[in-house]
Amino acid sequence: MGKDKAELLQGTLDLLVLKTAETMGPLHGWAIAKRIEQVSEDLLEMKYGTLYPALMRLEQKGWISSEWGTSENNRRARFYSITKKGLKQLALEAENWEQMAAFVARVLASTR
Amino acid sequence: MPRFRFLASKISALIQRRAWDQRVDEEVRFHLEMQAEENIRRGMDEQAARAAARRQLGNPTHVREEVHRMNTIEFLDSLGRDVFYAVRGMRHNLTFTVVVVLTLAIGIGANTAVFSVLNSVLLKPLSYPRAEELVSLRQIAPGVPGLASSSDGLSLSPSMYLTYTEHNRAFQSLGVWTTTISTVTGLTEPEQVRVVLISDGVLQALNVPPAAGRWLSARDQLGPTRPPPSVFLAPTTIMLGYGYWQRRFGGDRSVIGRTIIADSRPKEVVGVMPKGFRIGDAEPDLIWPAAFDRTRLTLGGFIYHGVARLRPGFTIAQANADVARMVRIWMNSWSDGPGTTSKAYETWKIAPALRPLKQEVVGSVTDVLWVVMATIGLVMLIACANVANLLLVRAEVRQRELSLRAALGAGRGRIVRSLLVESVLLGLIGAAVGVGLADAGLRLLLAIGPANLPRLDEISLDSRTFGFTAVLSLLSSVLFGLIPALKYTGPRISAALGSVGRTASVSRERHRVRGVLVVVQVAIALVLLVSAGLMIRTFQSMRTVEPGFTQPERLQILRIFIAATPVPGAEGVTRMQNDIQAKLSSIPGVTSAAFGSAMPMEGFASNLGVVNSGVVRADDRPDPASDTPPSRLFKYVSPNFFHTAGTRLAAGREITWTEVYGLRPVVLVSENLARELWGTPAAAIGKRLRQAPGTTAHEVIGVVQDVHENGVHQPAPPTVYWPSMSAYVGVGATVARPNAIRQVTFVIRSERAGTEGFLNQVRQAVWSVNPSLAVLSRTMREVYDQSLARTSFTLVILAIAALMALLLGIVGIYGVISYAVSQRRREIGIRAALGAQQGELKAMFVRHGLVLAGIGVAIGLGAAAGLTRLMSSLLYGITPLDPVTYVAVPLVLVTATAVASYLPARRAASLDPVVALRVE
Repeated sequence: MGKDKAELLQGTLDLLVLKTAETMGPLHGWAIAKRIEQVSEDLLEMKYGTLYPALMRLEQKGWISSEWGTSENNRRARFYSITKKGLKQLALEAENWEQMAAFVARVLASTR
Repeated sequence: MPRFRFLASKISALIQRRAWDQRVDEEVRFHLEMQAEENIRRGMDEQAARAAARRQLGNPTHVREEVHRMNTIEFLDSLGRDVFYAVRGMRHNLTFTVVVVLTLAIGIGANTAVFSVLNSVLLKPLSYPRAEELVSLRQIAPGVPGLASSSDGLSLSPSMYLTYTEHNRAFQSLGVWTTTISTVTGLTEPEQVRVVLISDGVLQALNVPPAAGRWLSARDQLGPTRPPPSVFLAPTTIMLGYGYWQRRFGGDRSVIGRTIIADSRPKEVVGVMPKGFRIGDAEPDLIWPAAFDRTRLTLGGFIYHGVARLRPGFTIAQANADVARMVRIWMNSWSDGPGTTSKAYETWKIAPALRPLKQEVVGSVTDVLWVVMATIGLVMLIACANVANLLLVRAEVRQRELSLRAALGAGRGRIVRSLLVESVLLGLIGAAVGVGLADAGLRLLLAIGPANLPRLDEISLDSRTFGFTAVLSLLSSVLFGLIPALKYTGPRISAALGSVGRTASVSRERHRVRGVLVVVQVAIALVLLVSAGLMIRTFQSMRTVEPGFTQPERLQILRIFIAATPVPGAEGVTRMQNDIQAKLSSIPGVTSAAFGSAMPMEGFASNLGVVNSGVVRADDRPDPASDTPPSRLFKYVSPNFFHTAGTRLAAGREITWTEVYGLRPVVLVSENLARELWGTPAAAIGKRLRQAPGTTAHEVIGVVQDVHENGVHQPAPPTVYWPSMSAYVGVGATVARPNAIRQVTFVIRSERAGTEGFLNQVRQAVWSVNPSLAVLSRTMREVYDQSLARTSFTLVILAIAALMALLLGIVGIYGVISYAVSQRRREIGIRAALGAQQGELKAMFVRHGLVLAGIGVAIGLGAAAGLTRLMSSLLYGITPLDPVTYVAVPLVLVTATAVASYLPARRAASLDPVVALRVE
C-alpha cells in the first residue's frame, strides 16, 4: 500500500457507507468497500477492519438493514440496504459535511 | 419511541455476544474469499492470494473486539455517567432523597418481612425428606352433629390405625400420634414435659434419621399389659427431642441406654431426634411408643392424628379411595363390645378427606398471611404513588434542566433513561435499607413469637426473599419513575424552555396526573381502612361473647397428672386431687379452687384414658328418628368447678364430694343441650340420661351456661359434665368400675393470680401433698388471649397498614392542594383584588380536595366490597359488608381530607393580593 493514500477522516465512514448504500441499492460488505475505493479512484486507503463494526453499528441505529442473499459468485452473503431513517440521516450528515467543508475551506483561504 | 429500540438492541447485543461473534466471523470469511478471488484474477497463485487478502484485512480478532467494544463499553459508559449524575443529584437534594428512601424503605421492608414469613410458612416445603409425599389422614363424619371437633374432622381410633396399616395399598408407611404431658422426676425438680405418643409407622413415614441412637421400632410397641380399662401396653423405651436433650443432658451422647423416670416409671432412652424435628407443629420433649393393647381395642377412641407417606405415583384421590374401602373393613372387623353394633357408625358417614401434611400444619394461618401480604402490598402501592408525586414535584423544579438537555440534542429515550436510572437507584437504596428494617422486624417478630404461628423458627431471609425484594424494588422504581419521566419528556418539552411551568395547559395536565395519583391513594387507603374496621368490629363482637368463665385474669390454672404407679386406684387419685384442692383453697387470697378435665380453650379437648365424647339419651323422650342421637362433648368436673370458673348455673346445683366418693350417677348438662332435650333449663332438673339402653341412668342435677370450648368464634358445643370420678361412663359400661380422670386442670380464683409469689405458694401447696408432681401454670387470661391471637394479630397488622395508608393519603391530598395553591397564586391575587371573600377562596380549594377524595372514596368502596369478601373467613359476627364500617370509614377519610385541604386553603385565602401579583 502506497503512503500517498489518504486516511479516512474520523466520522466520515458512516457518511460514505450510507451514500454508497443509497446509490447502489443492496450490497454486501465487500462490494461496499470496493465501491468506496473505486469512487475515490484508489486515493483512499480503506481499512476493512473498521468497515464491519461500522456496518453493524449503523444497523443497530436503524439506518441500514441487512438480510441474507446470494452473491454474484453464488456465495451466501449479507446484503445491506439503506432505510428511511438512514435516508434522513444521510441528508443531515451530508449537509453537515458540506457546511463543515465550506467552513474549513474558508478558514484555510483566509489564513493564506 | 425509537430511542427505546436502540437501547433494547444494545442490551440484546450485550446479551447475545456469541451471535455477534458469529456474524463477524461470517462477514470476515466472505470478505477473505472475495478478496482472494480478486487477487487470483490479478495473477497471484492461490496461496499468495489468500495470504495477501488476510494481510489487507488485518487481524479478524480485532474486528470482533471492535464490535464488542461498540456493544458494551459505550453502553456501560453512558450508564455510568447517568449513575454519576443521579448520585450527584441526590446529594444535592438530601432532604428529598432521605424522604423518598425512607418511604421506600418502610414499604419494601414491610413487604420483605411479610413475604419472608409467607415464604417460610406457606411456600417452603416441610423439613422432611420428600415432604410432598406426606399426607395427613384426615377424615370427615358429617353424620356426627355437634361433635366438638367437627371442624377439624374425625380423628382416628387405634383400631382404625391397625386396620389401615394392615390393609392399605396406597401408603409406604402410616402411623398415628397424639400429644400428652408427662412428669419427669429425678433430674431436677419435677418437670412437666411435652410428650408425643406415636404408633409404629410415624417415624418411618416422616423418615428423619435420629441424631443419636435409633428409632423406636415395632418391638418397642410391646410391653406388659396394664390393668383395665387401659388400652395400652406398658413399653419401657423412649426417644428424646433435640431441645430436651440439650436442655437436660447438655447434648451428651452417653444418654443413649440411660434410664429416666417418667410418670414414676423407668424408661430407657434409645435415641434422640435431630434439631427441628417436629410431629404436627410441636417439637416434642419425649417420644413414647403408643403400644396399643390389641385385645382391648374397640371401634371407638377417635383421638389420634394420622400421618402417612404415599407410595410413589399415588395421588391423594387414589389414597382417599383406598381409605374409603378400608373404613368398611374396619367397621366389620371390630366391635364396641357385647350388645353394641357397628351399624351406629354407618350413620356417621365417615369419609376420608386426606390433605397434604403441610396444609394440616399451616392451615389456620393461610388466610391470615395472604390477607396481610395483600395489605402490605397495597401500602407499597400507596408509597409508590407518594414517591411518584414527590418525583413529579422535583421534575417540575428540574424542568429547565431537562429542557436544556433536550435542546442540546439529548433524545427523549436518553432523558427517560437518566430519570429511570435515578429512580432505580433510589429504589435500590430503599431496598437495602428496607432489608435491614425487615431483618430487625423479623427479629422482633421471633422475639414476640405470636401464638398459633406454625413453623415460626423456620422463618428467615433466604435467597427467594431477596429475589422478591429485588424484583419488588425494581418494579416499583420503574412504576414511580416512569410517570414523571414520561410526563416531563413529552414532545412539548422544548416549548417549556421559555416559560418554566407557567404555560397553563402544560401545568394543568401535570396537575391531572397528580390528581389521579391522589385518587388512587385515597381509594387504596379506604380499602385498608375498611379491612381494619372489619377486624375491629370482629374483635368487638368476639369480646361481647360470654366465653363461659369470668374475670380470666383472676383465674390461675395448672395442669397436673397423677400417674398410675404411685397411685393405682381411682379413689386414691380422687383423694389426692381433693387434698390438693383443699391446700390450694387455703392459700391466702384464694376465693375458691376446683378441677376438671380441662378449662375451655386450653387445647386439651381430648384426654387420654377417658371418654371424650359420646351419645346420651333422655329417658322421658323417645329416640329421634335416626338410629344414633348426635354425639356430645363429655367433660369431667370436681365439686365447685363452675363456681370457681365463673360459669353461671342456669338451674339446679353443682356436684358434691359425697356424690363423687359415693359414685352417685349424677350429671350436669349445658344450657343448649337442656333446651334441645327439654325446652328449658329448669325442666331438665331431675330428668334422667343414659348412654345406651340398659346402662345406668344419670340424674340431671344442674344446668350451666354454654361454654365456648374451642374459642369464642366457635359455637359452644352441647356438653355433658360427669363427676371427676365416675363409675358408669364408657361405651357399654354396665357394671360399676370406678374411673378417675388422672390428667386434670386445677383452677384457682384469686386476685393474686399471675404473680410470682402466688405461684410459689401454689407449687408449695401441691408439693406438700405429693413432691413428685410437676406444676405447669398460666392464667386463664393468657389462654383467652391466645384464643383471640389470630384475630388480634390480623387486627394489629391491618390497623398499622391502614394508619400508614391514611397518613400517606392525607399527605398526598395536602401536597396536591398546596401545589395548586402555589401554582394559582396569581389567579388568587386577581380574584382577591376583584373582591372575592376569603371564605370563597378557601371553599374553592377545600372543594378541590373533597372532589378528589370523593372520587377516591367511591372507587375504594367498590374495590373494598369486592376485596373484603376474601377475608370473610377471618370475620366473626359481622358480614363483609358491615354497614357500620362502610359508613364510618368514608366519614373518617373525608373528614381527614377536608382538614388536609383546609390547611393550604387557609394559606391561599390569607394571601395579600398585592404580594401575590407582584411575585410574577
